[in-house]
Amino acid sequence: MVSAATSRLEGVRGGSIDPGTVTVVLFLLGGAVFLLIGCLRSTTFAQLTIEGLAIGSVYGSLALALVLVYRATHVINFAQGELAMFTTYIAWDLMQHGLSYWPAFAATLAIAFALGTVLQVTLIRPVQHRSVIAVVIVTVGLFILIDGVVNWIWGGDFKLMKSPFGLGSFDVGGVPIRHLYVGMMVVVFVSVVLVWALFRFTKLGLGMRAAALRPDAAALVGVRVDSMLAIGWGLAAVLGAVAGLMAEPTQLFLTPVLMQQILVYAFAAAVLGGLESPAGALVGGLTIGVSLNLIVGYVPEKYVGSNLQLPLAFAVLLVILLVKPSGLFGRREVRRV
Amino acid sequence: MRPKIPALTSLLVVAAVLVILPFILSDYNISLAAQVGIFFIAVLGLNILTGYTGQISIGHGAFMAIGGYTTAVMSRDHGTNLVVTMLMAFAICFVVGLLVGLPALRLSGVYLALVTFALAVSVPYIPLQYSTFLGGSGGVNVRDSQIPSNLWVYKAAWTSSAILFVLAWLILRGRVGRAFRAIRDSEIAAVSSGVELPVYKTLAFGISAAYAGVAGSLFVLALNGFAQPSEFDVFLSLQILVGAAVAGLGSLWGILVGAAFVGLLPQVSSSVPVIGAQHGRDVVFGAAVILIMLLLPDGFAGLLARIRRLGSA
Repeated sequence: MVSAATSRLEGVRGGSIDPGTVTVVLFLLGGAVFLLIGCLRSTTFAQLTIEGLAIGSVYGSLALALVLVYRATHVINFAQGELAMFTTYIAWDLMQHGLSYWPAFAATLAIAFALGTVLQVTLIRPVQHRSVIAVVIVTVGLFILIDGVVNWIWGGDFKLMKSPFGLGSFDVGGVPIRHLYVGMMVVVFVSVVLVWALFRFTKLGLGMRAAALRPDAAALVGVRVDSMLAIGWGLAAVLGAVAGLMAEPTQLFLTPVLMQQILVYAFAAAVLGGLESPAGALVGGLTIGVSLNLIVGYVPEKYVGSNLQLPLAFAVLLVILLVKPSGLFGRREVRRV
Repeated sequence: MRPKIPALTSLLVVAAVLVILPFILSDYNISLAAQVGIFFIAVLGLNILTGYTGQISIGHGAFMAIGGYTTAVMSRDHGTNLVVTMLMAFAICFVVGLLVGLPALRLSGVYLALVTFALAVSVPYIPLQYSTFLGGSGGVNVRDSQIPSNLWVYKAAWTSSAILFVLAWLILRGRVGRAFRAIRDSEIAAVSSGVELPVYKTLAFGISAAYAGVAGSLFVLALNGFAQPSEFDVFLSLQILVGAAVAGLGSLWGILVGAAFVGLLPQVSSSVPVIGAQHGRDVVFGAAVILIMLLLPDGFAGLLARIRRLGSA
C-alpha cells in the first residue's frame, strides 16, 4: 500500500518515468484489450475469462496476504493457505450452529484477525530475529499442525457448505455469468479496498507502513513496531479468510486440502506482482487466474490437461523469477557490498 | 561430519548397534528402523544443501519421487536389479538436481523456498498426466518377484546410509566443503576469494538431490515396491526439511536423531490416545516441530555441543 508513495518519491528523485513501468502498463493494457475482444467474439471465451477472473481474485487475495507478511518481516508464511482453510472450517461450524452466511462471514474474519495476531506473537516473534530458514520452518510446522488440528476437530470427510450467492446466473449479452463469480470478485474487491484504506488513511496504517519500511526509525519516533507486525499478521489472516471463504464455493465440498493448490497459485501471483507490491499481488492473481483458465480451457487435454495446471503454475513461477525477479511492480533490489 | 577420534568411536558404536538390531527387532520394528535409515539419507542430503551452503529446499520430496519412480519403472519394464535402479536413481536425480540448481543460482532465501515448495506440490501431478508411462493415480509396481522383504530394505537402507555418509564426509572435508561453507557464510566473500559460485551452488543441489533420489528409491521399496503419487505429497518434503532442522548442522548424532524423529514420530504419534486416529500424526508432528524450533535454535547438534561445553567447563 506504500508503493504509490514510494514510487512517487522515486519518480521525483529520478526525474523521469521508468521505462520498465511503461512496458508493464502497456503489457497489461494489451492483455486487457485481448480479453475484451475475445469476450465479444466468443461466449466460451467470455465465460472462461469471467471464471478465471473470479478464481484469480481469490489467488490475488491470498497473494496479498502473503505480501503483507513479506513486506513487514521479509518472510513467506507457508501456513497462510492452511490458516485460510482453518478459518473456512470455522465459518462452516458457525453456520452449523445456526448462523446465516454473512454474520458467520463477519465473525470468521474477526476470529481470523485474532488468530493471526496471536500466532505472530506466540510463534513467530521468538524466532523472528534468527534466520529466514528458522521462520520458514516454524511456518512449515504451523502448516502441518493446522492440517492435523482441522482433521482432528472436523474430520477429513467432505463437508457441504451453502453457497452465499446461489446457483443462478446473470445474462449479459447472451453470455451467462454465474452470480457466484460476480459475488466473489465483489467481496474480494471490497475487502482489498478496506484494507488499502486502513493502510492509507488511518494513523494505525501509517504506523504499520513505517514499521514495515524502516523498523528502527519507526521505533525511534514511537511506533510500537512489534504490535504493528502482529496486527499485520492479523490483517493477512483476514485476507486469507476472505480467500478461503470465496474459494470454497468453487469446489464441490469443503475438505482440508482446500487451499493447498491455491497457495501455489498465490505464490506465483505474488511473485509476478513483485512480492513487495500489494497492487501487484492483485494484478498477478487476476493474470494467473485468467491465463491458466484460458490455457486449460483451450489447449487439448492431451498436451495441457487440468493435471498439468499446477506444474504449469510452477513453470510460470520459475520463468518470472529467472526473467524478471522483481516481478511486474517490484523494485529492483540494489545490494551494496 | 568431520570425524575426529572420539567421533570415530561413536561411528563404530552406531555401526555395531545397526548390525545387531535385526537380530533383536520384530519384523514390524525392522521396517520402522529401515524407515529411519531412508530418512537418514534424505536428511543427510538436505543437510549438505541447507547446512553447508545455506540454500533452503522445501522440495526434496520431489527428488524422492523421481528416485522412487525410477526404481519402479525400471523394475516394471526391465526387471533390473534393484541395487542398479538405486544407482540410476542417484544418477538421474543428480542431473535433475543440477537442472533445478541452475535457476536456484539466481534465487536466494525466500524465493528458493517458494520455488522448491511449488516443485514439491506440482510433481505428484506429473504421473497423473502421463499415466501410460507413470501409471496415473494407481501408481507403478515393482515386479512381484522383486518385491523385497523388510530385512532387505533395512540392510539396503543402512548400507547406503553408511556409503553415502562416508561420501559426504569425503566431499565436505576438502576443497569442495570449504567452498560450500564459504558460500554459506558470505557469497560475496566467497566470490572474492575465488570460489566459483555457479559451480558449487549447483553442485550442492545436485549432490543433495542425488541423496534424496536414493532415499526415494528405498522409500518405494519399503512400500512393497509401490510408487504412488499420493505417497509423495508435500508432507514428505516437509518431513525432510523438519528432519534437517531437528538435526542441526553437521553432526552424525544430530542427523540420526533428526531421521529418527521424522521416521518414527508419525508412526508413533498416529496412535496417540487423546487425539486418536491417524490425524494425531500431524498434530503431534507440527507441534513438535514448532517447539523444537523455539527451544533448540541449532537443532539437536547444537544441543549436543552445548552439553559438551557444559561437560568440559
